[in-house]
Amino acid sequence: MNDAIIELTNVSKSFGGVIANHDVSLTVQRGAITGLIGPNGSGKTTLFNSIVGYHPIDSGSIRFEGREISQLRVQDIARLGLLRTFQTTRIYGKMSCLQNMQISVPHRKARFSDMFSYGRTEVIERAEHLLAFVGLYEKRFLRAGSLSFGQQKLLEFAMALINEPTVLLLDEPTAGINPTLINGLIDRLKRANAEFGITMLIIEHNMRVIMNMASKIYCLAHGEMLAAGAPSEIQRDQNVIDAYLGAH
Amino acid sequence: MSRTSLHPLTMGLLLLVGIAAPLLFPAYTNQVAVLWLMIVFASTWDILGGQMGYNSLGNIFFFGAGMYTSAVVQIGLFYDVGMYTSGARTTHIVFTTTQYFAGFALGTITGGVAAALLAVATSWIVFGLRGPYFAIGTLGVAVAGAELMASWEWVGAAAGISMPVFPGAPDTQKLFFYFLLFGLAFVVLVFLRWLYATNFGLAINAIRDDEEKAEAMGLHTRRYKRTAWTIAAFFLGIAGAIFGNMTGFIEPRDIAFPTTTFNIFMILMVLLGGKGTFWGPVVGAVVFHVIKEVTWTYFLGWQFIALGLLIVIIVVYFQQGIVGWLMEKYPERFGIHIAPKGKEEPASAIGLAPHPEGAK
Amino acid sequence: MEQVIGNISVLAAMPIFNLGLLIDGLLVGSIFALAAYGLALVWGVMNVKNLAQGDFIMIGGYITWTLGRMGIDPLLGVPVAMVVLWGIGWVLYRTVISKVITRDLFTSLLATFGIAIVIQQGLNLAFGPDTQSAHANLPTLSFAGGLITIATTRIVGFVLAILLAIAVILFMRKSRMGQAIRATAQDSRAARVLGIDTEKVYSFTFCLNAAICGAAGALVVMVWNVQPFLGTTYSIRLFVIVTAAGFGNLPGVIAAGFGMGVFEQFGGFVLGAEFQQALIVLLLLAVLAVRQLQQRRVRQAVQ
Repeated sequence: MNDAIIELTNVSKSFGGVIANHDVSLTVQRGAITGLIGPNGSGKTTLFNSIVGYHPIDSGSIRFEGREISQLRVQDIARLGLLRTFQTTRIYGKMSCLQNMQISVPHRKARFSDMFSYGRTEVIERAEHLLAFVGLYEKRFLRAGSLSFGQQKLLEFAMALINEPTVLLLDEPTAGINPTLINGLIDRLKRANAEFGITMLIIEHNMRVIMNMASKIYCLAHGEMLAAGAPSEIQRDQNVIDAYLGAH
Repeated sequence: MSRTSLHPLTMGLLLLVGIAAPLLFPAYTNQVAVLWLMIVFASTWDILGGQMGYNSLGNIFFFGAGMYTSAVVQIGLFYDVGMYTSGARTTHIVFTTTQYFAGFALGTITGGVAAALLAVATSWIVFGLRGPYFAIGTLGVAVAGAELMASWEWVGAAAGISMPVFPGAPDTQKLFFYFLLFGLAFVVLVFLRWLYATNFGLAINAIRDDEEKAEAMGLHTRRYKRTAWTIAAFFLGIAGAIFGNMTGFIEPRDIAFPTTTFNIFMILMVLLGGKGTFWGPVVGAVVFHVIKEVTWTYFLGWQFIALGLLIVIIVVYFQQGIVGWLMEKYPERFGIHIAPKGKEEPASAIGLAPHPEGAK
Repeated sequence: MEQVIGNISVLAAMPIFNLGLLIDGLLVGSIFALAAYGLALVWGVMNVKNLAQGDFIMIGGYITWTLGRMGIDPLLGVPVAMVVLWGIGWVLYRTVISKVITRDLFTSLLATFGIAIVIQQGLNLAFGPDTQSAHANLPTLSFAGGLITIATTRIVGFVLAILLAIAVILFMRKSRMGQAIRATAQDSRAARVLGIDTEKVYSFTFCLNAAICGAAGALVVMVWNVQPFLGTTYSIRLFVIVTAAGFGNLPGVIAAGFGMGVFEQFGGFVLGAEFQQALIVLLLLAVLAVRQLQQRRVRQAVQ
């Protein structure tokens, strides 16, 4: 299990004069669920955006499966199999759930002629299967924009799954979700990790959720890496506790 | 679902109407011919504007480009273009029947192809732009086309070009161009039916709904955008080539690149009928064209003021359009399913209880 | 082509001509800068891209021209045009702009485009399609043995444009309303929460812009000419200026306005006046292309 799939070394990023990330290093093991925590404004989402290619980084290196990706663009990185979901859920609102799924199939090998192909039966079957997996099968013909927020979040997760990513970066998957749904969602995330073999890097504010899922947790504060370790170590780490209580 | 079939019945009916119209109402052949042109305008504008969410103010560029390309080809095949267009020309130039039709066929095809090539070329400029910048950039492309043609002596500059004269009786000429424009409109509609049923339709809808998400999912957004723009350009180029020959005289600002008439009609018709729907542009074109033909002459010079006011009124008060309004009112009829409004359902209702059995 | 090369060689052989063109360009550019500032104001504060900007200028021009025909000095046209345009701006804001301000960007763009068509056609009906100009009775100065000639009206126009621009900038900085406008531009929600009547701010901004256009139009008709359909050219010109500079960048907008004036003088001299409009549009495309490349570089690292 000592196989790093994402390796960040000394990544720095600042916007104007504001330093969002400074010398951040982080490793995600293949097949594992890794957590990323930190108080608000500690630079977690900036780090996510740096990894998936929304903006260039100032210095450092980001490697995905051994390949330097800090210069690649968003679509190219997505096609390599490194996918992200958004903190504010994003789905295609005016299309049905099933159509949302159909258009989210992997585009890695898409050729020019694939633009004009019809929805293949196996794609639809797979889409329906995954919609059932997240519990939206009954709603597959509904307009996605008319679903509730929690359901949209599940749909976005299912869309990510049908894209067959190697690594999935989830930005606060449980934020804004009805507490009664959270257990179900954790279960789905764990199963996607175990059954589909998807490596995950998760930003999460809900400590119970992340301690329950992740095998390793990184904690950011003020744009710098404060601590890293197993959940039990992080829970006891005085620096982390101080950061959250504002003593830092 | 409605988007997966080609609707052979509706299309057959359309074919019937198109063929019967000039036979039943021979007095209105030209007006109906222009109506088919309007349908081509509206439907091709909607590919980008409605289905993909990129509101272009410059689609007319391809219409004019096709028109000028066909003119140059048709004349250039047999004569020197510069000589033909020069104001000092005294000889009367005649095209034989074979020359006319050979030139016309070749000119129309090259017109479409040239417009498509120009679309690929301009896509490098305009598709990095979003929202209002895209609209202004495309408007710039269209105005640039008009201005370049207006200052280029070789193609007649602002004085324009007299097209080769149709070798036949006026009535034959009318029917000839009628069926060309109808044929084009029919092909465009069948093609778009098919196109929207493929992945292409889904992809451009996805770009419309959330382009950043589509990029994050790895969709080849640029490829789709460029192709959509090229498809629209190809059909507009052919339309321009046919229309140039139909009017018999082309000039840059009012016929080839009319940024404030045809160009605005396109958008207006789509908005009137309903953006992003298949039949919306067609309905909008019919309603707009009929109203325009009936009332135009009564405005006594105030037509364009009325047009401007109509734009403002539609944009401000009736933007979802006729078909869009019907869809909002009766979504089920259009195969759209809206989740019932209410509270978040309990976990068990959507199969997310702590230990569900899953789907397998 | 030979003509173009000939014109360039004239410029190379007689440097003094360059100076003449440069001065003329700067004098005309001051008017562009003024109107571009108005466009940037509405753009920044209300997020409305006013495609009727150039047509507002034309209205201002025709008002001054009409006054000139009635024997009133065109210079007096400046305040009159400002007042009338303020009124027109108010009516348009009430009837159209206030209803599209919260909608998507294409809506406001298309609505102002509709307004532009109405204005163009209205002017065409009222004044006919000919170009018109109003001349204040001021002499033409010549320097360097007649090689540089500068119409005094251009200097007057320049001074007036600068004075107006300074007045507007001072107003924005010092007055209560100016501060409210700037606050709304930065964050309209926060401004509302703090008790600023943003509706009033929007209305005022739009009217102010219209008045600025009125003044610019009065100057245009004095130093140049007006024609019902020239408005589109002005709108595009102003968009080029604002897009090149970025709408939040006031010194940039003014500098780009002057730059545009100089560019057009040289371009017009080298290529011939008939290419003027084509030149502006090509410049727009060039600016948009460059901007796009910049955006690309900001979003994605170089490959």
